[in-house]
Formats: sequence, C-alpha cells, structure tokens
Amino acid sequence: MAFMKKLTNTSINFLPIVAVLLILAIWQAISFFQIIPEFLLPSPLSVLEVFKSDYSALFSNSLVTLIEAFWGLCFGVLLGVGLALIMDLFHPIYKALYPLLVITQTIPTVAIAPLLILWFGYGILPKVVLVVATTFFPIAVGMLDAFRSTDKDLITLMRTLGANTPKIYFYIKFPDAIDSFFASLKISVSYSLVGAVVSEWVGGFNGLGVYMTRVMKAYAYDKMFAVIFLISILSLALILLVNWIQYLITPWRRTNHAQA
Amino acid sequence: MTELLVQHINQSFGDKEILHDVSLSVKPNEIVSILGVSGIGKTTLFNIIAGINQPKSGNIVFNDEDITGQAGHLGYMLQKDLLLPFRTIMNNVILPDLVKGVKKSAAIARAEPLFEFFGLTGYENKYPHELSGGMKQRAALLRTFLSTKDLTLLDEPFSALDELTKRGIYQWYTDISRQMQNSTLLITHSVDEAITLSDRIYILSGKPATISHEIKITSAKRKQADFELTADFIHYKKEILDILNS
Repeated sequence: MAFMKKLTNTSINFLPIVAVLLILAIWQAISFFQIIPEFLLPSPLSVLEVFKSDYSALFSNSLVTLIEAFWGLCFGVLLGVGLALIMDLFHPIYKALYPLLVITQTIPTVAIAPLLILWFGYGILPKVVLVVATTFFPIAVGMLDAFRSTDKDLITLMRTLGANTPKIYFYIKFPDAIDSFFASLKISVSYSLVGAVVSEWVGGFNGLGVYMTRVMKAYAYDKMFAVIFLISILSLALILLVNWIQYLITPWRRTNHAQA
Repeated sequence: MTELLVQHINQSFGDKEILHDVSLSVKPNEIVSILGVSGIGKTTLFNIIAGINQPKSGNIVFNDEDITGQAGHLGYMLQKDLLLPFRTIMNNVILPDLVKGVKKSAAIARAEPLFEFFGLTGYENKYPHELSGGMKQRAALLRTFLSTKDLTLLDEPFSALDELTKRGIYQWYTDISRQMQNSTLLITHSVDEAITLSDRIYILSGKPATISHEIKITSAKRKQADFELTADFIHYKKEILDILNS
C-alpha cells in the first residue's frame, strides 16, 4: 500500500512533465520532416531561438504588460474586497448589487476594450481599467461567499466577548475568508494578464499585446508562438507566487490533524 | 463576592411566549444547572443572561450591577468548542483579552500559568486541529475562564464528548472551578450530568417555560468518584425524572 501511494505521489509530478516533453518532441518531429511547413507551424526550437534573439523586446514589453496587470489586479482586489465588505454589511445593497455584478460578467471584455480606448486614450489607464473589470469579480464573489458563510456561533461568541462589528471582521471574518481569497486570487491573476494583453491588442504603444499584433502582421509566427508561451509562463509563475504567499501566511495549513 | 441574580425574566418572539417569569441565582463558587428538555428555551435564556439578547422584561444583576442587555461581563461557552482554526491555542485563549483591548504580551502573561491547570502545557503553539476532542474542550473552557470575572455560562459544553472523556472531564471541571474560585451556570439535558456536577439544579419546564423546581444536591457522597453508583444518586435521579415526566 505504502509503495503504491509513493508511486502515485511521484507520478503526479512526473507524468505532466513527460506529457509536455512528448508533445514538444512530436511537434519538433512534425517540423523537422516538414509535415506542416515551418512558416505555418514554427518548430519549438525556432520558437526558443526567438527568446534568445528577441530577448530585449520580449523583456521590455513583458514589463509593460506586467505593470498594467499589477496595478489592475491591485485595484481589482481592493474593489472586490470592498464590494464584498459593503454587500456583507448592508443587506439591501447586497440585494441591489448582486444581480448587477453577475450581469457585468456577461459583457465580453473584447467588446468593451475599444470603448475604454475611446474614453481613456492609448496610455496605461484603459488597460488598468480593463484588468480591474476582469479581476474584481472572482474576488468579490469569493470574499462575499466566505463572509456570508462564517459560522453564526463564532459571531455569537464574539458578541458575548463584547466585540463590535470591526472587531468581528478583524478577528473572525477576514481570517476565515483567507482561503477563498487565495482561490479567487489565483483566477484573477491569470485574468489580469489576459485582460492587459487584450487591451493592448486593441490599442497601445507597448506591451506583449502590441508586440503580438505587430509580429502577426509581419507573419512572424515563430515570434507569435514565443509570445504565447511567454504569457502562459508568466501566468504560471504568478500563480506559483500566489501559492507561495498563501503558504507563508497560512501556517495552520501546514500542520497535521490529531489522530482521532 | 460574585453573585448572579436572574430576576423575573419574560421573553417572547412575536406573540409566542417562550420564557415566563424566570428567576434564579448563582452564589459564589457554586455550580448550578438548568435542566430541561430540548427546545424548551434554555439557550434563549442563556443569550439573555450573557447579554446578547434583550429580555422583554426582567433584569440580570451581577455583583450588584444591572447588566441586562450588556455583553462581555460573563464567560459564555457554547455547545461547540468554537476554537478559531487559524489561531494557535495560545492565540485562541487570549482572544477575550485582545477583544477588550488588553495588550498581547499582558494577555499571554495572564494565560500562560493556566496551561498546566488545563492540561495543555506544550500545546500553546499548536493549532486546534492538532488536539483531541477533550483537549479542544479544555482549551475552549480555558478561553471562557479567561473571558470572565469569575462566572461562567456553559451551554451543554460536554454533549459532543464520548462517555469516557466526559467522566474524566466532570471530575476535572469541579476541581478546577473550585481552585479558580469560579461559579458556573450550566445548561444540560442530561440528568446524570446535572447531578454529578451541580450544587443545585433548576428544572425548566412548561410552555411558556418557567422554573418549576429547585433541587439541592447535598449528599455527602457527591465528592466520591463512584457517586453515580450510590443510592443517593439514584434517589436524586428518580426525583428529577418524576418531575420531568409529570
């Protein structure tokens, strides 16, 4: 039994790596034997070559996109947490805003991106606004659910101790919502990059989205693939960063349960 | 001296009367039980005594001070242990002091010596899920003791524990409350628990509920470990069951 468990545990880390390497190998073979011509599907190695040759452009454009995503995410998180807090505190506001909140998510971001350019120009502002619009929702819903599902008896306990509402949030509701917060944040982090890129796509001077439209018009598909890889690598790195922060601030998750 | 007086409490929700003219008292260093069937209104009464609900009429007087509708005076432990999973045991038990605005270092200094009393030495920096059921209950009791000036309200605190753990904890609880000069008002639906723990038992019955009887446990044998096997114990139990069944 123990051996089987060990095997499955290691294969969890091992199998996806094998799968990715296998796909890359097949892909490389397809290009090598020219089953699909190189200009349509550049080989993994030529994509890797782009990372070397076009390093500085990729780096500087990533930085622009990351900064937009970062500020958008910051304000998105603030807005999301703030909305959740207000909606949890005041029931009529919850009733009034919740359907509206859901409706905002039915509007495709690609559709509002040109409008934001029209209103806010070609600078960083429309990008940040779009990222806010895509990231606040998972945070707001996650936090609101957590706030509303706090054990009623815990709140009763706090009231018997003479705690007022701010203290109840400080000692109970916020710490209780940490897990939901991070679950939502992981979604919002990947949304933030996609949001920034889509926004740059529609109009802008710098950033991975702008780079993408430029190389697409030049039919430089190797660079196109390089950018796609880069965005997904950045997303993964950010999610890992969030995981690491979560690990640091939730020490109670690291300990084992008592043997019952 | 610590004394709690519950005076002529009436409570109703809508036009449904729940409690009718409930009066009782807890004297210094006493353990007093309120016994009644489920759903009779025991928790409603406790919420009023603890000050989180306002009664329709009547008063709660603690140490000659009217505390009706004021929370934070008495220690109140609910049925579940309600330890916060994201706080260590130490940070859980000092919570009452932190809420009152006491400095963390001062709160820890007050709590630290009591860990040995409560059999929790070495568990200060553990999280609740690392403790057994009995230990969690003791930690919750320690927090309750630390939240009060000498009077503890317990709402069926031992009902979730298994039979053997429960027996151990009864003896331990009577010892500890004597040592700490603490008085206790306890809600229970277990006749055995009431007789084992209490100096006096109030029986809450009827609709609306009122205190129908008061029974004093005066037997000399009540300090014995096998009290529950003595004729005295059976005699009390019969008396109470007769009242509850009538």
